[in-house]
Amino acid sequence: MPPSPCHHCKTQSAKIRRPKDGSKLCVSCFTTAFETEIHHTITASSLFQRGERIAIGASGGKDSTVLASVLKTLNERHDYGLDLVLLSIDEGIRGYRDDSLETVKRNAVQYGMPLTILGYDELYGWTMDQVVEQVGKKGNCTYCGVFRRQALDRGAARLGVRHVVTGHNADDIAETVLMNLLRGDLPRLARTTSIVTSTPSAVASTDPNSRPHIKRSKPLKYAYEKEIVLYAHHKKLDYFSTECIYSPEAFRGTARSLIKSLERTRPSAILDIVRSGEDMAKLVPGNEEGCGGVCQGSVAVAEEEEGGCGSSKPGATGGYMEKMEEQLTLDREAVEKELEVEITSSSCASPGMNGAVPLPKSDKKTNNNTNNNHKKASKGQLLPSRRTGKQVVGFCKRPGCGAMTSQEICQACQLVEQLNKNRPKHAVEVVYEGEEKRDDGMLLHVTNGIAKSVLVD
Amino acid sequence: MSAEVEEASPEYVPITVEFSGGLEMLFSNERKLSLSIPRRDKDGQKANVAFLIDYLCQDCLKDPRKDLFVLDGSVRPGILVLINDADWELEGEEKYELQDNDNILFVSTLHGG
Ligand SMILES: [Zn+2]
Ligand SMILES: [Zn+2]
Repeated sequence: MPPSPCHHCKTQSAKIRRPKDGSKLCVSCFTTAFETEIHHTITASSLFQRGERIAIGASGGKDSTVLASVLKTLNERHDYGLDLVLLSIDEGIRGYRDDSLETVKRNAVQYGMPLTILGYDELYGWTMDQVVEQVGKKGNCTYCGVFRRQALDRGAARLGVRHVVTGHNADDIAETVLMNLLRGDLPRLARTTSIVTSTPSAVASTDPNSRPHIKRSKPLKYAYEKEIVLYAHHKKLDYFSTECIYSPEAFRGTARSLIKSLERTRPSAILDIVRSGEDMAKLVPGNEEGCGGVCQGSVAVAEEEEGGCGSSKPGATGGYMEKMEEQLTLDREAVEKELEVEITSSSCASPGMNGAVPLPKSDKKTNNNTNNNHKKASKGQLLPSRRTGKQVVGFCKRPGCGAMTSQEICQACQLVEQLNKNRPKHAVEVVYEGEEKRDDGMLLHVTNGIAKSVLVD
Repeated sequence: MSAEVEEASPEYVPITVEFSGGLEMLFSNERKLSLSIPRRDKDGQKANVAFLIDYLCQDCLKDPRKDLFVLDGSVRPGILVLINDADWELEGEEKYELQDNDNILFVSTLHGG
C-alpha cells in the first residue's frame, strides 16, 4: 500500500487516522491539531484565569502526563499566565505507586513544575494497604475511589490551590455517560458531563470548618484516549502504565469494553456519546449547564463518579469490600427512584423524556421505595446517599474536612469513621518513611516509598 | 529496503515487535522482541498481521489472560497497532503483509496510570 499523504500539509506521509473524522495526518500536523483543539476547549469554556495557580492531578499515567505536557506547551505558546504545579496522591498500596511516583518525579523535572505527593495516610489516617488489612484482602475500589475523589481537593486545599485539572478524556466521559444511562441516573449523568465540576462557593466562608472550595476541570474532555496515547508516543513522553491490584468495579469495565468496541466499528461514537451526554444534561431539571456550572446553586457535589483505577480487567471481588459496594449500589438505587419521581413530577419534565416512571407517588406496588427511601438511605447505612434534587448542598461537619456534601458528614469521613471504629484490631503505624524538602521548593512526601528504577524509556 | 540489511531468509521474515502502555505485562515484561516469522502460513498465503497476532498468542503470550490481547479473533479493541509508526488503519489492518525489518508496535490504551 503506497503511503498516503497527510490531508493537511500534503507533503509528509500520514501516520495517524483521527477517530473523530477519519482524517489522515502526519505526526507534526496531528500534534498541532491535538494541541490546538485543547486550546479551543480551554478558551471556549474560559477554563482558566490569568495568574491562576493550577494543580494538575498527576498519576504518572498517560492522561495526566499528556495533560501536563500540553498545558505547559499551551501556557507558553498562548501566554495563559498560569502557575502550573503537580499534585500526586499516594494511596499507600505497597509497590503499586512506586514506579508511577518515580515517573511523576521525572515529569516534575522534565516540565519544570513543582510536585507535591500526599498519602492517604496523611489525608485520612489510613493507607489502602491498612484499609485492606482491616476490611479484607480481596475487594474493589470503593474506598479507594471515595478517598481519591476527595484526595485531590484536600491536597489542593493544603497547597492553597483552588483549581485542580484532571486528565479525564472523552473515553472516560463516554464511559460514565453510558454507565449513568444504563442506571437511569440522568442527574448524575448531567453533572459528570460538565467540564467544570466542584466550584467555589460563597457559602464556604460562613462555615468555620469549611475549606475553600476547589474548582475541578477536565481540559482533555474532548480528546480521544487513542489520540492521547498516540500523542504521548510520538512526543516520546515519559509515562507509566499499570493495573490497580485492587480490581475496579465490574460495571465500569463492561462499559469501557463496550465503548472500545463501538469505537472499532464507528470511531466517532465516543465523541457522539459525549455530545449526547451534554444534550441530555440540558434536559435535566435543575441542571444549569448553561452557566458552565459556575453559578451558585449548580454546585456539583463532590460525590460524583469518576474513573476507577483504570484497569479494564474485571477481577475477583469478595468479602467486606464487595458488601460495601453492594451497599453503595442499593443506596444509590433507592435515591435514584426518588430522583426519578421528582423529575417526573417536575413541571419542566416532558413526558417523553422520562417515560419509564410516570407513576404517581402513591402507587406502592411499583414505587414502594418512594416514600420512605429518604429515611432509609440516611438511617445508619454505611454510606450516605448522594444529593437528591430537593436536598441542599452543605458542607461536611467534620473538623478540617468541610467537603461539599448533601449529608451531615461526607462519604470519605464516614468511611474513615467506620474504619476507625474497628481500629483496635489495627495498631497505629508510622506510615510514611520520609519527607524530602528540596531547594526548589519541591516537597516530596514519600509514603511507603521504595525507590525503584522505572521501565519507561 | 529489505534486501540491503541482510540477505533475507527465504523462509522467515525478520521483524521487531514492541509492546507498551502496559501490554508488556502480558508478555513476560518484554517490551521488544526480535522475531523471525514464517513468510507464508500453512495455506501458502503471505504472512500478514493477522498471522503475526496468531503467532504471538501461540508462541509469546504466556499469560493466561489471553483475552486481554485478543478478543473475538482480533486484537482487543482499545489496543493500538502501529506498523512502522503508522496507525495500522492506514496500512490495511490485519491484512497488511509483513515486510522484512518491519516494526510492529502494540500499545494498550486500556491500562491506567
Ligand atoms: Zn501534515
Ligand atoms: Zn468530610
